Amino acid sequence: MSDLSVELAGIRLRNPLILASGIWGESGQSLVGAWDAGAAGVITKSIGSRPRPGYPNPTVEELGSWGMLNAMGLPNPGIREYSREIAFAREHGALVIGSIFGGTAEEFARLAREMAATGVRALELNLSCPHAEGFGTEIGSDPRDVDEVVRAVVREVKIPVIAKITPNAADPAALAAAAENAGARAISAINTVRALSIDPTLMRPVLAHGIGGLSGPAIKSVGLAAVWQIRQRVRVPIVGVGGISSGADVLEYVLAGACAVEIGTAVAHEGVRVFGRLAQELDQLLSKKGVSSLRELVGGAHRGFEIPAADFP
Amino acid sequence: MHRIVEIEDRVLETPSTVTWRFPYSVPCAPGQFVMVWIPGDDEIPMSLSYTDEPSKGVTIKAMGSASRHAQSISTGSSIGIRGPYGNRFDLAPRRILAVGGGSGTAVLAPAAELAVRSGARVTCALGATTETELLFATRLAASGARVEVATDDGSAGTRGFVTVVADRLLREQPFDAVWTCGPEVMMRKVAESARSHGTVGYGSVERHMKCAIGMCDACALGPYHVCVDGPVFRTEILLSLEEFGRTKRDPSGRRVPL
Repeated sequence: MSDLSVELAGIRLRNPLILASGIWGESGQSLVGAWDAGAAGVITKSIGSRPRPGYPNPTVEELGSWGMLNAMGLPNPGIREYSREIAFAREHGALVIGSIFGGTAEEFARLAREMAATGVRALELNLSCPHAEGFGTEIGSDPRDVDEVVRAVVREVKIPVIAKITPNAADPAALAAAAENAGARAISAINTVRALSIDPTLMRPVLAHGIGGLSGPAIKSVGLAAVWQIRQRVRVPIVGVGGISSGADVLEYVLAGACAVEIGTAVAHEGVRVFGRLAQELDQLLSKKGVSSLRELVGGAHRGFEIPAADFP
Repeated sequence: MHRIVEIEDRVLETPSTVTWRFPYSVPCAPGQFVMVWIPGDDEIPMSLSYTDEPSKGVTIKAMGSASRHAQSISTGSSIGIRGPYGNRFDLAPRRILAVGGGSGTAVLAPAAELAVRSGARVTCALGATTETELLFATRLAASGARVEVATDDGSAGTRGFVTVVADRLLREQPFDAVWTCGPEVMMRKVAESARSHGTVGYGSVERHMKCAIGMCDACALGPYHVCVDGPVFRTEILLSLEEFGRTKRDPSGRRVPL
């Protein structure tokens, strides 16, 4: 057995596998289900100030084994109502990370305070949802906005703050650097990739919202490139997200520079059993390589690709 | 991936219930559901009321905006279908009591037909507000099932709740399984009757649904997801869930009374 445990912003994780935000995160019982199935941490649905129903259906389009499109529209019951779901998950021992979204730095800061009060171990800031007007990518695409939001949140809470970065910007690594500089203790990357599906028979977009976000195996290479470039720019730990569905995928993200990963779309159909499968596959891979601890491999693929120090801005 | 199909037949089953038949060659089993996309309006989960090859069917009650809109859609209209999703009724039992309330009978009908065809003895207890709202009573009788009826106003069959009829049938004769679908308050009563007579029960449950593939958590019911773990559950499981018959989640995820 290899040692799969990792450390993320001072939090010890039993393995690198974290339930991604927006998956199985509406109820406390589901969060516990993912935790019991082997996830080392569970991230809540992105929670806002008020109840929000999200977009009408269709909110999801299955594109085949390679990917999935969604525009849920940030449905959530609001922080006050949701706190009891977190309480349930914590009572059952789950390590919960609270995801929040806001329209302004002030709203983020207020939500951060309320989310921290529920006892979550860390916050993940949704600066990257690609399809919600006034939220997510719209306020996470400019390093100055990222700086303002992260700074406002870090001032309010003692727990680690993780900034979730969008791939739908010219330079995701610059966004990560801004977040680190503003006090983020970790970066997660990426969120879904802005995407569209049109039905050729009906000649209209499939999703009710039109634009959505692409997830699943199709975006793994995009996520890897983002993690790779972020690793070259920041020192804080990185959580890799995007298209992970095998132990080998996890290893690729670790080699690119991630110390932990989030699992989302792979939960579809297979359910949270995916966590046990990935841990087992990862363990077998490490054993075959004779590596005793996953931590030794973080960023391992960068050897020979280091940027000369003078190139740092 | 949706398949776009044309509605080839539209049948008004009762004043408030309409069936659409459409060509859909993907194999479907009684109990399973499909996501029905009504372009420009909504996409809703519907249990199949016809599962035979090649023409499938769903039977829709006018309730939400989509299902009200659905009623006005005509033969030849294009809709999107994805699925089928979820599990199915176990057709192995030989003596089956199927208890349907209102449009809940829609999912029981293809299961009962298939069971009768395979040699099972099926008794259906159907409930409705009034005679004209009775769903599939003629279809089920024609299939060879025994049909008993209860209406709120006594216009057909026993006056009162179908749960009383179901309980009487369970007392009168042995059954290997009870199937039920309808309002959850009714299903809870049926589940309790099945339990008290020592008969295994299965209920088909409805919850607000978005992804239908076990990701988004919108249809979370206790530790289960109706879309992948259901929609058919053992009634013993349903009775153990605090939410069953009491609360559901609205589209935002808030718990609201049923």
